[in-house]
Amino acid sequence: MSYWQLLKNGIFGENPVFRLALSLCPAVAVTNSVKNGFLMGIAVLFVQTMANVTTSLLRKFIHPKVRIPSYMFIIATWVTVTDLVMAAYVRDVYAQMGLYIKLIVAFAIILSRSELFASKNKVVPSFFDGLGMGTGFLLALVIIGFFRELLGRGSLWGIPIVPTKPLLIMILPAGGFFAVGILMGFFNWIDMKFFGGKGASGAGGGH
Amino acid sequence: MKENTVIVSVSPHIRSEETVSHIMWTVSLSLLPAFVMAIYFFGPRALFVTALCIISSILSEYFVQKAMKKKITISDGSAFLTGLLLGLNLPASLWSLNPFTLHVPIIGSFVAIVITKQLFGGLGYNIFNPALIGRVFLMASWPRAMTIWNEPTAAFLAFDAKTTATPLGILKEEGTGRLIEVFGDRVNLYTQLLIGHRSGSIGETSIIALLIGASFLLYKRYITWHIPASFLGTVAVLAWIFGGKGTGLFTGDPLLHLLSGGLILGAFFMATDYVTCPSVKTGQILFGIGCGALTMLIRLKGGYPEGVMFAILLMNCFTPLIDRSMRSKVFGAVKVKTK
Repeated sequence: MSYWQLLKNGIFGENPVFRLALSLCPAVAVTNSVKNGFLMGIAVLFVQTMANVTTSLLRKFIHPKVRIPSYMFIIATWVTVTDLVMAAYVRDVYAQMGLYIKLIVAFAIILSRSELFASKNKVVPSFFDGLGMGTGFLLALVIIGFFRELLGRGSLWGIPIVPTKPLLIMILPAGGFFAVGILMGFFNWIDMKFFGGKGASGAGGGH
Repeated sequence: MKENTVIVSVSPHIRSEETVSHIMWTVSLSLLPAFVMAIYFFGPRALFVTALCIISSILSEYFVQKAMKKKITISDGSAFLTGLLLGLNLPASLWSLNPFTLHVPIIGSFVAIVITKQLFGGLGYNIFNPALIGRVFLMASWPRAMTIWNEPTAAFLAFDAKTTATPLGILKEEGTGRLIEVFGDRVNLYTQLLIGHRSGSIGETSIIALLIGASFLLYKRYITWHIPASFLGTVAVLAWIFGGKGTGLFTGDPLLHLLSGGLILGAFFMATDYVTCPSVKTGQILFGIGCGALTMLIRLKGGYPEGVMFAILLMNCFTPLIDRSMRSKVFGAVKVKTK
């Protein structure tokens, strides 16, 4: 696959949230506003790309028997970097999302890309794969956050759009599940209708 | 010699008139007494809110089946019944001179029919009771509009009816003493609760009318005693043991808990929904006990004054599990040995 295709694959073909159904926990937990979703997406994009590159660089040195702990170490390293940077520079957001930033270590999508892609491919393709997956995740979180914040709070990025709260349930956890489910169905429908796909089968759960 | 005298056909050979739609319409009919009493107590607004729910349920069903290119089944009565049950679970105050709460019943019906029923595969495939999900969705989205309770009024067309707390609300906030004070004395309290002269959701107040409908369903054997009896029994026992506030164990008032809230409506008409309750009899008893325990947990310890709808929905989740673990043994089946 060309680099462009790798990038596109992460955003559309195998979008982590809408197609693979991986990392649904943050997709529900931090998306009650666009801003939170965006910053979470940026953090995941960074960790995903860097973890992919590092794993790919070290793939010849990692013994297969200890590969999963090794990937976890690599991911945890980059999560720590992100965590400390965010704690230093975006204090107010970090106060809200700090817990979830640390949880990036356990995100299924990052480990699965290390295992399925970066450990078998060279550095540059791994970089683009991580970039594509991270961007796909970022886009998914922003789209979910857009609908939840608009419907639940009547605002976007904290700026009021509608004077009332049209549908309060959307910023509650239950609304997150509604939003993810309906958007997933919508993207499946687009895929089946316009691209002749079969719809996502879902990789089955995960954080 | 006559030919073709023997007709060979596949089972079922005994046909009954009890089709799905027959049952749905009968259940709807059995809710009629409660509905009439509700219109008597809450005036035409009760009629309007319920009618709005029924119409928007049927329209939702029609359009979603049209959009999904399924067979249109609005005449089987299931959408009608869902709309009716949702309407009976809403406060009558939604229909007031303020037009900004009229979207509430419509969105509730949409959620009940489209999201809870049709997106899960239609009638028979839904995990949760559609009307209850509709109501919980509305409770979470418009907590204020959903908890303005009208006082039952003698003035039939009064649009500016007084609002008041429900008996369970008073019980939670101010205790039994205040509740008896509001209703005069204890006997009057029970009588009023039995007849339904109290604030609350449209269809839940009149216990007598609901029991008439329920006994009709029991007589026709459309529902069995297992779920209602175990549900109500658990509530009564737990209310007796833990219901007393500050007076120790075994001093609670079971009758008060049985007669207030949406318990009777829930136990006889919602928990017994064929699709979302277990089909094994022992499982149904377990289901009822679970519903009762969760109801009392929410009523006594939770943040909401009433917990019947959450209890039923939570037990709906367990229905497949109960059914699977309580499946009766197939006669003659041999257990396959695994090494």
